[in-house]
Formats: sequence, C-alpha cells, structure tokens
Amino acid sequence: MEISIAPLNLLAIAPQIVVSVTALVVLLVGLFLPEEHRGRIAWPSLAGVLIAAGLLYYLWDRNDLTLSAMLRTDGYSLFLNLIILIAAALAILFSVDYAGRVRLPRTEYYSLLLLSTTGMMLMTAAVNLITLFLALEMLSIALYVLVGLNRAEQRSGEAAIKYLVLGAFSSGFLLYGMALVYGQVGSMALDDVRVHLLSTGSQSPVLLWLGLGLMLIGFGFKVALVPFHMWTPDVYQGAPTSVTAFMSAGTKVAGFAALGRVTLVAFSGLQNVWIWVLAVLAALTMTIGNLAALRQTNLKRMLAYSSIAHAGYVLVGLTAANRTGLDAVFFYLFIYAFMNTGAFAVLIAAHRLGSSPVAGENLDDLAGLAEHRPWLAAAMALLMFSLTGVPPLAGFLGKLYLFSAAVEAGLIWLAILGVLNSVVSAYYYLRVVVTMYMRDKKGAEVVPAPLCPALQLGIAVAAIATVFWGLWPASILNLVTITTRSFFGG
Amino acid sequence: MIPASYYLILSAVLFTIGAVGLLIRRNALVILMSIEMMLNAANLTLVTYSRFLENIDGQVFALLVMAVAAAEVAVGLAIIVSFVRHRDTTDLDEINLLKG
Amino acid sequence: MLNYVWLIPLLPLLGVLVNVALGRWLSRRIVAFLACLAVVASFLVALLVFFEMLGLPTETEAGGNGRERIIPIFSWIVAGNFQVEARILLDQLSILMALVVTGVSAIIHVYSAEYMKEEAYYARYFIWLNLFVFMMLVLVLGDSFLTMYVGWEGVGLCSYLLIGYWFEKESAAQAGKKAFIVNRVGDFGFALGIMLIFATLGSLSFEDVFPAAKSLLPGTATAIALLLFLGATGKSAQIPLYVWLPDAMEGPTPVSALIHAATMVTAGVYMVARCHAIFEASPLASSVVAWIGAITALYAATIALVQKDLKRVLAYSTISQLGLMFTGVGVGAYAAGMFHLTTHAFFKALLFLCAGSVMHALAGELDIFKMGGLRHKMPYTFATFLVGVFAISGIPFFAGFFSKEEILFSEFVYGNPVLWLLGEITAGLTAFYAFRLLFVVFYGKSRIAKKLEAHIHESPSLMLAPMILLAILAFIGGYIGLPPVWGLGNAIDRFLHPVFADVPLAQEATGRATLEWFIMAASLLAAGLGFLAAYWLYVRKWGMAERMSESAPGLYRLVYDKYRIDELYNTVIVKPLQSLGTALSSTVEKRGIDGAVHGLAWLTDRAGEGVRRLQTGLVRNYALLMFVGIVLLVAYLIIRRVVGF
Repeated sequence: MEISIAPLNLLAIAPQIVVSVTALVVLLVGLFLPEEHRGRIAWPSLAGVLIAAGLLYYLWDRNDLTLSAMLRTDGYSLFLNLIILIAAALAILFSVDYAGRVRLPRTEYYSLLLLSTTGMMLMTAAVNLITLFLALEMLSIALYVLVGLNRAEQRSGEAAIKYLVLGAFSSGFLLYGMALVYGQVGSMALDDVRVHLLSTGSQSPVLLWLGLGLMLIGFGFKVALVPFHMWTPDVYQGAPTSVTAFMSAGTKVAGFAALGRVTLVAFSGLQNVWIWVLAVLAALTMTIGNLAALRQTNLKRMLAYSSIAHAGYVLVGLTAANRTGLDAVFFYLFIYAFMNTGAFAVLIAAHRLGSSPVAGENLDDLAGLAEHRPWLAAAMALLMFSLTGVPPLAGFLGKLYLFSAAVEAGLIWLAILGVLNSVVSAYYYLRVVVTMYMRDKKGAEVVPAPLCPALQLGIAVAAIATVFWGLWPASILNLVTITTRSFFGG
Repeated sequence: MIPASYYLILSAVLFTIGAVGLLIRRNALVILMSIEMMLNAANLTLVTYSRFLENIDGQVFALLVMAVAAAEVAVGLAIIVSFVRHRDTTDLDEINLLKG
Repeated sequence: MLNYVWLIPLLPLLGVLVNVALGRWLSRRIVAFLACLAVVASFLVALLVFFEMLGLPTETEAGGNGRERIIPIFSWIVAGNFQVEARILLDQLSILMALVVTGVSAIIHVYSAEYMKEEAYYARYFIWLNLFVFMMLVLVLGDSFLTMYVGWEGVGLCSYLLIGYWFEKESAAQAGKKAFIVNRVGDFGFALGIMLIFATLGSLSFEDVFPAAKSLLPGTATAIALLLFLGATGKSAQIPLYVWLPDAMEGPTPVSALIHAATMVTAGVYMVARCHAIFEASPLASSVVAWIGAITALYAATIALVQKDLKRVLAYSTISQLGLMFTGVGVGAYAAGMFHLTTHAFFKALLFLCAGSVMHALAGELDIFKMGGLRHKMPYTFATFLVGVFAISGIPFFAGFFSKEEILFSEFVYGNPVLWLLGEITAGLTAFYAFRLLFVVFYGKSRIAKKLEAHIHESPSLMLAPMILLAILAFIGGYIGLPPVWGLGNAIDRFLHPVFADVPLAQEATGRATLEWFIMAASLLAAGLGFLAAYWLYVRKWGMAERMSESAPGLYRLVYDKYRIDELYNTVIVKPLQSLGTALSSTVEKRGIDGAVHGLAWLTDRAGEGVRRLQTGLVRNYALLMFVGIVLLVAYLIIRRVVGF
C-alpha cells in the first residue's frame, strides 16, 4: 500500500502559525525574565500579532484549501482574522499597564491571549467539523484560564467556573450535533454537508436537522445569543477587564464566522428552516440584552448586556442570508471590535484613576470625568454614541446596513424591532455620557495618575476608528464587498 | 451483529444522563464528570457512525475529543482548586457573588 | 461663492474644534469671541451666497429650478448598490433656513457671551452651542435623508445637553431626560420612515426620492409621510409629543431662545416643506399634519393663558405657533409656513431674550406675578418686548401680522373653514396671553420682593444690542411677504416659488381680494379682542382674573395643570417602561429564571430523578435556562421536520 501524504500548504495558515509560535516563544522567554521585567512580554506578543496581520495582507487574494481540506484560507477567513488580530492587538495595548497592576501572571497571560487568538483564527478558516470543534475548544480553554487568571479576586475565579461549566455544557451539545451530522452525511467536511443537502433538501433525515439545531446552540453560546447568554454578564464582570475587552470582540467574530460557514455554506439547503430559528433568536437577543442593560449600574455588566444586544443586531444581518447581510455583518464586526474593546479600555483607564479593586466598574466612578480627563471622556462619549448608532459615527452605518439587509430580505418586522431596540439602547449609553459630563465627582478624590501611553494609544485608535469609518467607510466596505463576492461565488 | 441503533440509543441516553447530571448536581467536581459523560456519549456516537459508515474520520475525531476533554477537565480542576482557596467550597450553589 | 457654501457649516464646526482643543486655556472673553466669530462668519458667507443666488435666473432652460445647486463634499458610503454622497443641496429653501439659523444664532451667541459670563463650564456652553449650529446647518443643507438624519440626531443631542446645562439642579436633569425620551419616540418614527423610503425607492438622496414620490402607492406614501411627521411632532413639539418643550425651559434662556424657539423646533416644519413631494402624494397625511397643527395651536394657546412662569408662557406659545406653521404646510401653503417660521424666529427669539433680560435684573425670578411696573426701570427691555408682543399678536405692520395672515388665508382657501376658525381663535388667545405678559410684567404696581428692588437694572449693552437688532427684524421682517391685495407682491413667496413649483395650488389670490380683506379684518378683530380682554383683566380690573379662577375653579385648575398630560404620560409610558426595566433586571434575571427552574424542576422531579434538593444556584439556573432553550429549539426542528409545515 502506498501512503501518499498530501502536500502541506503551510503558507496559507502562516498567520495562525505565527501567532501560536509567538505564544510559545513568549511562554519560554517569560521563564527567563525576572518578575519585574515580565511586563515587556507585551511587546514581542504585539509584534507577533502585527506580523500575522502583515501576512494576512500578503495572503489577501488567496483561496486555498489546506491541511487535507481541513482549513480554508479565503477572503472570509482573512477578513475576519484581521478583525481578531485588531482585537488582540488592542487588548495587548490595554494590558501593558493593567496586567501588572492587578498582578496577573503576565507570561501565562500573554501566552494564553495569543493561543486563544490562534483558536479564533483557526475557527474562521475551519471548513471541517473536526477543525471547527478543535478551534472552538482551543479558544475556549485558553479563555477559561484567562478569565480566572486574577487569582487575588474571588470574582475572577467564580467567573471562570461559570464560564467553564456552561461552556463545556454547550460544547457537549455542539459535539453531539456534529456527530449526528457526520452520521447522516458520512463526512466531516462542510462542503459535503452542502452537497448532501442539495440532493435531499427539506426531506433530509430528522437527525440532520437535530444536528443543525445543536450546532447552532454551540455557536450561539459563544456569541451569547439569548437564551444561551446567561454566562455573559457574570463572566464579563468577573474577568480581568482587558480579557473582557478581548473576548467580547474576538469570541464574537470567531463564533459568527462559524455560524456563517455552517448556515450559509453547509446548511444552505435548509435555509428556510434556520432562517426562522435565527430570526427568533435575533429578536430575543436584541430585546433581552437591551432591556436588561437598562437598569445596570455596573458598567462591565452593562457593556456585557450591550454586547449581547449587539450580537443580536449582527445576527439580524446573518438572518438576512444575502450578500448585503453578510456585508453588513462583516462591517459591523469590524467596527464593533473597535467600539467595544475601546469602551472596556476606558473602564481600564478609570480603574487606574480609582483606588479600589473594582474602581472604574460603577457608573459613579465616571462622574465628572469630563472635568479632569476631558480627552478620555470625549473618547468614551464617542464610543457610546457609536454603540448607540448616532450618525455619522461608524456604529450608525453598521446598523443601517444590518437593518436594510433585513428589509431587503423581507424581514421587515425584524428591522423594525432592531430600530426600536437601538432607540431603547440610547438610554443607557447616553446615561454614561451624562454621568461623565453632567455630574460632579463626589468625595472629590481625583487621583492625578498618569495613564499608560499604550492604553491611551489604544483608546485613541478605537475612538478615532469610530469617527473615521463613520465618515469614510468606503475603504473597509470595498474590502468587505470583494470578500463576500468571492464567498458567494460571484 | 448488534444494530447501530442500539449504540445510538445508548449514547443518547448517556448524553441525557450527562446533561441532566449537570443540571441537578451541585458539586463542581461532579459537574465536571457530567461534562465528561456528555462528551464521551458524543464520542460513542462518532465511533458508532465511523464503524457503520466505514469512515475513519469519526474515530479520529473521537480521539481528538478525548484530548480536548482531558484539557478541559485539567483546566476545570485547576480553576476549582484556585477557587477553593478563596472560599473552601465546591458547591456551585454557594458561588453567586456575580449576579444581576 | 456658491462653491464655498460648505464654509457655512464648516465655520461653526471649526469653532467647536478650536474651543474643544484650546478652550481650557483660553480666557472666557476669547472663548466667547471665537464662538461668536465662527457663527457670524458663517452668517456672512450665507449672506454672500444668498446675494449671488439672487443674481441667478430662476429657471433653467429645461424649466427646472435655476437656483438649485448640489455641491459635493465627499463620497460617504460607496458600497455596491448602496451609495450615499455627502452633498449640500443649495436652493432657495435651504439658503433661507441657513440665513435664519446663522443669523439668529449669531445674535444669540453675542447675547450669551454676556448673559452666561458668570457661569461655570463657560467653554463647554459655547462648544455645545456651536455644535448645535453646525448640526442644524447639516440638517438644513444636506441633500439626503441620511444627512438630514445626522443633523436631526445631532441637534437633538445638543438640545438635550443644553437643557441639562445646570445639571446640579434636579429639575434640569429631569427635563433633559424627558426631552430625550420623548424625542426618541419621534426619532424612532423618523428612522422608520427613512428605512421605508429606502426599502421602497432604493435611495435616500432627495433628487432621487422626490421625483419618484408621485409613483408611490397611496398607502406607502401615507405611511412614509406619517412616520416622518411622527418625527416632526417630537422635534417640533406637537401633539402628542409636545410635553418636553415646556420643561426644556430649565435650560439657559439664550438656549431656549435659539434652540427651543427659533431654530431646532422648527426643523419639523422645514422637513415637511422639504419633503412636500411626499406629503403631496398623500392627501390624508397632509390633512393629518394640518389638523394636528391646528389642534396643537389652540390647545397650547389655552394653556399659555394661565401659566404664571414667564418662560413657560413663551414655551407654550412656541408650541402654539409651531402648530400654526404645521397647519400652513399641511394645507399645502409651504411658502406661508416657511414665512411664518422666519418671522417667528425673530419675534420669539426676541421675546425670550427680553425674558432673559428681565430674569437677569430680577436674579432669576420667573413668576410674572412677582414682577410688575418694570417699564420705567428697564425701558429698552420694555420697548423691545413691546415690539415682540405686537409682532406675535398680529398687530398690523409688525412681522407676525403678515405671516400669520398668509397662513390663515391659506387655511381658509385651501383647507377648510373650520381650520381657519381654529386659527382665528388661536390668534385671539395669542394676543391675549402676549398682552397679559406685557401688562403683568411691565405695567401696574411693582410686586417685586423688597430686597430685589434695589438690584433692578437695565441689562448691559452687549445684551441690549442683540435685543434691539431682533426687535428691528421683528418689525421689518414681515415686509418680505406682503399680502397680494396690497399690490406690492409677496417677495418670499416669489423667492421660494421654484422650490414648490410642483405643488398644484398656485399661490395667487386673483379675484379673492374681498376674501382677503375679510380675513384680515377677522384677524384684526381677534387680535383686538385679545388685547382688550388682557387690558381689561390685567390693567383695569387687576385681580379679577384670580376671582374668575375662583368662580370656575375646576376648569381653571385643569387648564393650569396642563390638562394633566404629564401625569398621564408618567403613568402610561414612563412608569411601565421603568418597571419593565426593573422587572427584567431583577425579575427575569433573579426570579424569572428561578421560576423557570421551579417549573422544570417539577418535571424533573416527576421523572423520578433526584431533584429533591433543588435550590437556587445561579450557574445551574443558567444551564437550566439554556437547556430550556435547547429543548424548545430542538422541538421546533423536530416538529417542523415531522409535521412538515
């Protein structure tokens, strides 16, 4: 018997390789650095991320199947990987000062951050159930640890336990769903599932439908769709804020990448089935997320619920299941990465300005920020307005796109619900702005602490991005449309 | 030869036991075991299909899942141990600092 | 110069940026100077553009509007089939609005520099005020619904922030919140209307949408028009969304003058005029606009009769006057509506600035029954206020007379006599409450607290100059729109005509001279009666009003309490929403899940599993809720597959 080994096209996954190798190098280097210098690990980590981003550019026009058709490097994965790398780079910038201050073990911290990034990047490229699952677990397990990494804080551990238990629970369903799909199709490749459904359509076996449902649950958990969202507020609140910033953007991108591949490619033959599932989930997610956020006074929780609501908005675009919809999803995820990580970064800055371990988490901590930190307050205001969808900021355009995609797909009720929800959401976002600008600091203790330049840079980038891509979205939109055209085979 | 449906039903039952176990038990360690059970039930399904479809992918996947499950439990135990140092409890019902 | 029209919005924006960047280090005088300079320069550019426009032919060879220009700024969104250019639409309508906005803003900026000079957050005040002017200009100059929406949200934001400017005051914070919530309802309608336009016509640019509006199905046109009008009722404080405007008086008085009287609140009227193609396509929507306007006008005027707070009287008066404008545009007399918008901007801003001057002298006193006899102590304020009162009451030869006249005439001719009658009654009430203010505040005996008496002084010249300027405008402003029967021609109608050329009714009054004289006489009568009643009650028989309120206490109370609408809103909308929010965060998260837990626990218990010790532990509750979701989803899929629907 002749054993043939398929040629490995490692170049196609070079970005992932670079990030994972960086993670290992960082781990090794950290061993030999004395504790007080470990903060410097941020820089090689950032370098790895930036090199990977450069490689994305180099690979831009590729459409390669690699590793025995396990991964596909195409515009879809490259663009989403870009977003993930942006989120990772921002998270690293935010961590430079913060990770040391809350005494995270920094070697492990950066290493795990990069490993989780690798998992996310693999997930966007995965076109096989095996790689999809492994990538998901890679990002999840690294995140479980990251969430609980602040060992001095009981809440960090509690968040990690909750995330792990519920995450593993959902992974179980995901895996079971995958097994059922495999059993009915006889192959793990998403393309084979698609081909199988082309012939059977809605007469396909019930177990295949069941498999679809269970897989939707697994990915729905990762992107925090209601009712699989319950972990989100607790975990976002308990985790170190820099981790929250990273996971709120990165995990969502990876989860939506998988959802997109599974629904739009593999199960395109059952589109009329999952479209209703997703529509209902989107409606629930937007509504519950926003309503729950209304009464929050803890900013991390509020942003957690807000991120749930935003997952709902993005899902509206996916539900539309047309090119405009996917365009909108990509654009929204792109700007969302800036908006949301930026907002959490402001909380990190506010933590620096306070003295208690939970400083910067409560709405009151931002009171009077406009007086003593005008630029920080202005950046936060921009981010909040963008999240609300105030024109002409990027968040507004993103929502406009998402909802017009829904209208185009005939889901007018969903679009109306979306608009209604953004109307409601304005209330809690604006409350942050009002607190910063229109309330005085009580107790009058203002720490004249200097903010870490890396953190300032990160926040500035995020805030400027919301303005820039609100006014000149063409640069990104062109990229997006090229990507989706190749994805839909146009 | 035992028909495939026997294996599938067994794995479905095991999966349900795992899921229900997670829902009703309070001890974090038992919950980790329940998760293991769910994953292994899924593995059984994979292996069954692999055997009856005469396709090796399922078995490969099952092996990989075992590795993943091991990693997951290792991390889970580590987290629980680190938590026990704070609170000296593994009862999930007593862990509710974060809520609302 | 036409190609430099982008300078009009850019200059206030520059003012914002400079003061944001440097405001902390500059002295107050320089901050104010920069802010004023930005707006004044913007006004001058608008003026130059206007004069150049006058030199252009009114018609192109193809019969289009020869004075219309579209000036591209930059390509905003270019992606596939969705393209939006950020462009300026320059035509007679937008330049008129730009002139009014920048002109009145410039005057009020100067006034503010003096009025606000004692305040903390001085730079922030001017930043917001400049930002407001910029946003307002984006609103009126934009050439698509998207740019209009940008401005629409932007002015709302500035208004909201400025209402809450004195945020230490609880009532100011509450007023800001109220303005915000009510406006969100309107903006929701506006946003939906825009989406519907995009969904049906595939474009948001005015030049695509308006020509296509005729081809809309009547139902769609009505839906779009009514949704847009819902937005207008929010922004322009009409029934049912007017409740925020009286509370908005918590803001500084110049802000009330600029945003809540002269400019922002008129955005709705401008929007309807701008979108007249859509409203013309739906007679139903147009008559809704007209009737809502007329009813609001009457309703708000009755409330204004009994208010004791100087600024609140003016606020209700603003609502009432806006209603009149909506009646005008509702019956199709768009030019008349815009004309009244212009004159109203002058005289209402003037009245507010006078009110500010009075407050300035009386250390912030607002109760008109604690004033009195001020005419000798504040002669200039008195004189300018008098002009404002004449203008708003429709005394002949003052601005309000001409514009109100034109609307009333249109109501009668194009609308319906009932509308007109409502309008005349409103006019009478308007004269009454305006003269009531005049008499109570400036005539009679002084009822001012002793310790304030010595403090009374005429305002400094930096405040008086803007007031005098506005008084002049409130006097001469009407001469741009003389009634046709006077034979001199209506300049503003002629100027605006190309914009509204597609409106079927031609604004000519040939053979209707008698009717016009009759309507003029009726208005004079109404104004005269209002004046006499006010004079009788508040000069001759001082104190009789109180006795009257005692003889009909129920009615008086009801009107005084503003028909208790606020309470209704509170119980019907605000409370339920608040409790829904509370319910969701406390009940759904804490109890609801528990409830679901209990429900399912019951099932599991029956299934014979060991759920005896079911307790509330959050992780497990989360898992259970997930599980419920999973079960529902799976059940749906299986049922759908098996039943096959």
